[in-house]
Amino acid sequence: MGTQVKDVVIKSDAPSALLLDKHADYIAAYGSKKDDYEYTLSEYLRMSGIYWGLTVMDLMGQLTRMNQQEISDFIKSCQHDCGGVSASIGHDPHVLYTLSAVQILSLYDNVNVLDVDKVVEYVRGLQQEDGSFAGDKWGEIDTRFSFCAVATLALLGRLDAINVDKAVEFVLSCMNFDGGFGCRPGSESHAGQIYCCTGFLSIAGQLHQVNADLLGWWLCERQLPSGGLNGRPEKLPDVCYSWWVLASLKIIGRIHWIDKSKLRSFILACQDEETGGFADRPGDMVDPFHTLFGVAGLSLLGEGQIKDVNPVLCMPEDVLERLGLHPDLLS
Amino acid sequence: ETGFNSVFDRKEWADLEPVPQDDGPNPVVKIAYSDKFTDVYDYFRALLKNDEKSDRALLLTAEAIELNAANYTVWHYRRVLLQALEKDLREEMRYITTIIEDQPKNYQVWHHRRMVVEWLNDPSEELEFIAEILSQDAKNYHAWQHRQWVIKEYKLWDSELEYVEQLLEEDVRNNSAWNQRHYIISHTTGYSDPAILNREVQYSLKQIKKAPHNESVWNYLKGILQDLGLSSHPGLLEQILELKETHCSPYLLGFLVDIYEDFLENTLEHHEEVLSKALELCELLAREKDTIRREYWSYVGRSLQTKYGSSDSSTTTSAPGIDPGSASGSVHQETPCSS
Repeated sequence: MGTQVKDVVIKSDAPSALLLDKHADYIAAYGSKKDDYEYTLSEYLRMSGIYWGLTVMDLMGQLTRMNQQEISDFIKSCQHDCGGVSASIGHDPHVLYTLSAVQILSLYDNVNVLDVDKVVEYVRGLQQEDGSFAGDKWGEIDTRFSFCAVATLALLGRLDAINVDKAVEFVLSCMNFDGGFGCRPGSESHAGQIYCCTGFLSIAGQLHQVNADLLGWWLCERQLPSGGLNGRPEKLPDVCYSWWVLASLKIIGRIHWIDKSKLRSFILACQDEETGGFADRPGDMVDPFHTLFGVAGLSLLGEGQIKDVNPVLCMPEDVLERLGLHPDLLS
Repeated sequence: ETGFNSVFDRKEWADLEPVPQDDGPNPVVKIAYSDKFTDVYDYFRALLKNDEKSDRALLLTAEAIELNAANYTVWHYRRVLLQALEKDLREEMRYITTIIEDQPKNYQVWHHRRMVVEWLNDPSEELEFIAEILSQDAKNYHAWQHRQWVIKEYKLWDSELEYVEQLLEEDVRNNSAWNQRHYIISHTTGYSDPAILNREVQYSLKQIKKAPHNESVWNYLKGILQDLGLSSHPGLLEQILELKETHCSPYLLGFLVDIYEDFLENTLEHHEEVLSKALELCELLAREKDTIRREYWSYVGRSLQTKYGSSDSSTTTSAPGIDPGSASGSVHQETPCSS
């Protein structure tokens, strides 16, 4: 009966202490080497890259090291006539980058850098007849975009701009037999999509529609012997699932179903002691995306040195406090 | 001369002024990219700026895509050009096929393929193409989305169950294939016919025998039975208890708990005995068989105790001895699982 579980083995010399200063230095320096090929290649998601960097810096109390003026000017240049925001200058608008832009400006309490009414119009225009949301004018449908839409509008206090009931109907139609959610009706349950859908339902005030015990079980099944979390059955653990899975569990009130100390060990092992930052799994190359989700995951686990993160919006709680935003959580 | 086939050197591009990268009104740091990337993208930006719709523009999008297939703006522009220039979409299908084969884990390439299939209204190559991609990575999430769309849109349900079975033969732990199985059956026969439901239950049990430690099959089995109730399926409990002797796993034990819970919910007889069995399993799982999820198992045990325990039962999850005499459906004595 011996079967090999797909997992990693954490080496005994893997990092076991939290190296916050190194991570702050890593993020602060990222992007200053603009000739870096990886940086160039990721231009098509630059707005999200900035959101990841700023949010993790804020969680570490280091937001002031980033250049607010330069970033605000950049964002302003990325809003198009249709109201949507693009990842970078010369790129096309998309709901993903519209959300990232609004999140960044919310950190700085400066959403009026954008024409807010036009942002709202853009998001409204992406809603389809069946309640779903397209990502942009080319019509790709995905529950990720449902989340982006309501998160954007919630931050702007304009949730009334869309048909929330219809949007809920669509998201619920993506609920699967295992209690999870996929990107479209029938799509395989996936932790990233589950985060988007539970986050969506939280914002829409419809968390009671989730089967919390069933989904909670599926989510806690993501934990592997190494302590790390995967995104769906028979996949390797990845530190970003420390966010997608953990935040989802927090939203549905079942975060204690994860073995916290084993997860914490896994997350810490994903740090790079030399360069700072977190990688997807121990020993791999670091990047800002995994750095944010490693730190945010630790925050959800109660790490004292890190600010409290909101599990629905992946932003510091104190920012949402200032905005008066308290998305529902199940207990 | 730049040493590679730069756009800058090509005579037919001499009329166009390349547009360097603009990082905003206050660029702080001078930017230097890898030369070829800079070359192609500078000219791409020039085309965008002039809204040029030409064959050379289309060719350049291919070069830009080759350098960065995730750049959604380039894909947008390529679609605009394909329509404006009324290009041969069959040729575009061949193009996107090559790109996906090279970079199958990318949203933009699959979305582009879907658009071309829609424009052509021709799905005839899709199932074979997707199967080929899945043969390289049987869990490619994008490929599965595309497959579900093609099947639903063009009603290509007929041979899919056979395809799923083939994939499960190759890897019984392929969660995507189990999901697809559910998708196909839900959209065709459904599960309400008892013969079909039983067929699926027996199929699942057969796969469990092949690989007992398999999350997917247990989630599937629970998923297809939960509406009717796990304890309502004739003979299932006996089959599970039989499997417990030879093909035990934490999943099996958890499933037993689920059956017992459903039994408690739907019958009034033998509560104490069934409850004590369920609680014993929860304790075994928490303490020994699935310790990483001990909080979950403790929760399940407590919930069962609260809901079905009599008022003078003990509040711990460990169960008192089992009463002699039979309970309906219970054929075998409980023995510790050897897994």
